Amino acid sequence: MKIGKETWVEIHDIVLKPEERTGNLPEETKKVPLEMRLKGFLLEEAELGDRVKIRTVTGRIVEGTLLKENPVYEHGYGETFIPELLTIGQNLRAMLEVDHE
Amino acid sequence: MSRDKSYAAVMARKNEIMKKALGVDYEEYELSDIAFDYDSLMEDVHLTMEDIRRIQREVSVGDTPLVELKNLTALARKFSESGKGARIFIKDEAGNPSGSFKDRRASLSVYKAKELGYKGVVTATSGNYGAAVASQAAKLGLKCIVVQECYDSEGIGQPEILEKRRKCEALGAEVISLTVGPELFYTFLSILEETGYFNASLYSSFGIRGVESLGYEIAEEVKEKYGKFPEAVLVTHAGGGNLTGTARGLRQAGAEETKVIGVSVDLKGLHMASDVDFNKKSFTTGHTGFGIPFATFPDRSDVPRSAARPLRYMDEYYLVKQGEVFYMTEALAQLEGLERGPAGNTSLTAAFAMARTMKDTDILVVQETEYTGAGKHPLAQLSFARERGVEVYFGNADEEVPGKNIILPKSPEDIRLRPVDLENLKRSLLKNIVADKKIERVTELDLFYLMEEVRASYDFVKLELQLLGVNVVL
Repeated sequence: MKIGKETWVEIHDIVLKPEERTGNLPEETKKVPLEMRLKGFLLEEAELGDRVKIRTVTGRIVEGTLLKENPVYEHGYGETFIPELLTIGQNLRAMLEVDHE
Repeated sequence: MSRDKSYAAVMARKNEIMKKALGVDYEEYELSDIAFDYDSLMEDVHLTMEDIRRIQREVSVGDTPLVELKNLTALARKFSESGKGARIFIKDEAGNPSGSFKDRRASLSVYKAKELGYKGVVTATSGNYGAAVASQAAKLGLKCIVVQECYDSEGIGQPEILEKRRKCEALGAEVISLTVGPELFYTFLSILEETGYFNASLYSSFGIRGVESLGYEIAEEVKEKYGKFPEAVLVTHAGGGNLTGTARGLRQAGAEETKVIGVSVDLKGLHMASDVDFNKKSFTTGHTGFGIPFATFPDRSDVPRSAARPLRYMDEYYLVKQGEVFYMTEALAQLEGLERGPAGNTSLTAAFAMARTMKDTDILVVQETEYTGAGKHPLAQLSFARERGVEVYFGNADEEVPGKNIILPKSPEDIRLRPVDLENLKRSLLKNIVADKKIERVTELDLFYLMEEVRASYDFVKLELQLLGVNVVL
């Protein structure tokens, strides 16, 4: 599905291939590439996965692989409930209440 | 102009790129193979404390509230001997425009960039400094690019750093998010070369001098309200700029006896360049992964000579555990009504333990807080940790193994002080300096420089050098 010109997108690119990485790294990092993610306005219409150019907010033209259309922020306050945090405040207040009486 | 943009070629042009991007010729300050004139580097910023405060007030930076944490003090006293339990104060730096004390650093860096005529600023940081630079760039009409390390090879972003990305973008900056690796420096250099923008480095002399107003304000306000300087100020330590700047500001205000105490989250065991360990930590700043390397070799920063030189100023250094900091973050919110980001509560955690050992008439100031929000929150971090197989439970925090578990203390009195042997760090710094430049002999000038670098006696430095096989030529 074609994504139109001037759409706000996120691109991906490989900055350094594994074999190009610097010497002093742990094994697990050495075997993976150094990757980049960057957002900008799409210069020409394209599809996800295409090699494209974007214009960033500072006006730089950067090339990469089209990763996401209209990216949103997905980080929040966590998807897993943490019951432990509930008890801390309650316990501390109880400790101080003894004095406030 | 079509230059070789490969890793090797760009790194080879590092000095040239840095010179154009910094507005400072560091070579001017070199005195020998080892020594450089730190005092002149700092003086050449040519700004008095009044100037710094004026520049900062122009952009609404500084003059943050100093809050007495009466409930936390009362809580500490419950677990203290009679007559003990220092008054705990906190400097609410979250009140700065972008939500942390980093605004003080950025205000001077970006001011300098504008003064020198640069069209934009670039900064390499995955922390609050990026947002601070973006905020100041917005105010001063400069473009801003932030280069950060955010993802692992599976495309999973650390929640706190994802929030930094969002914040910087919200402030109009371009954010380049990389996966784990020190080669971020190469990307950073490439951007500087391509754009001709200013390197708003965390480690520049102007940046560090910007933090001085924080120490100065603390000293001034405590003296004015309570008739004396604080007995101690606790500062979260990572790259050393926070501590250096705060200490310098305290001294300038006349607080010569105030102890400057560094605190870091203990992440020993995790490798900072590991694709696997990257998302196993719950703190991305203010931890030993920066704290120890930067104390023992400040010139590893992105400028030839870092203005952040913590061992010159640090009186004591303590480590706290991740679980303890999350616990104190909850305590601050529920007992003091201040919901603040966990990373900014690192020194608060040590303060709580330290207060119990001090007199109840003593004043202890926790020098910062940071803003909180999605990603920068105990819920986000503990949830993320649990999902990655890190166990979260109440227990003995001493048993915490970073990457494996996060142990919440069962009671506030379990929060302990874990001192770091500063003498050992000083020895490491001397060793690193000798090894870096393959030093075989030093002169008296070098010796005096090293005495200042590690704040130690002539005899200590001389002995250490001799043990390292270095010839001391007087």
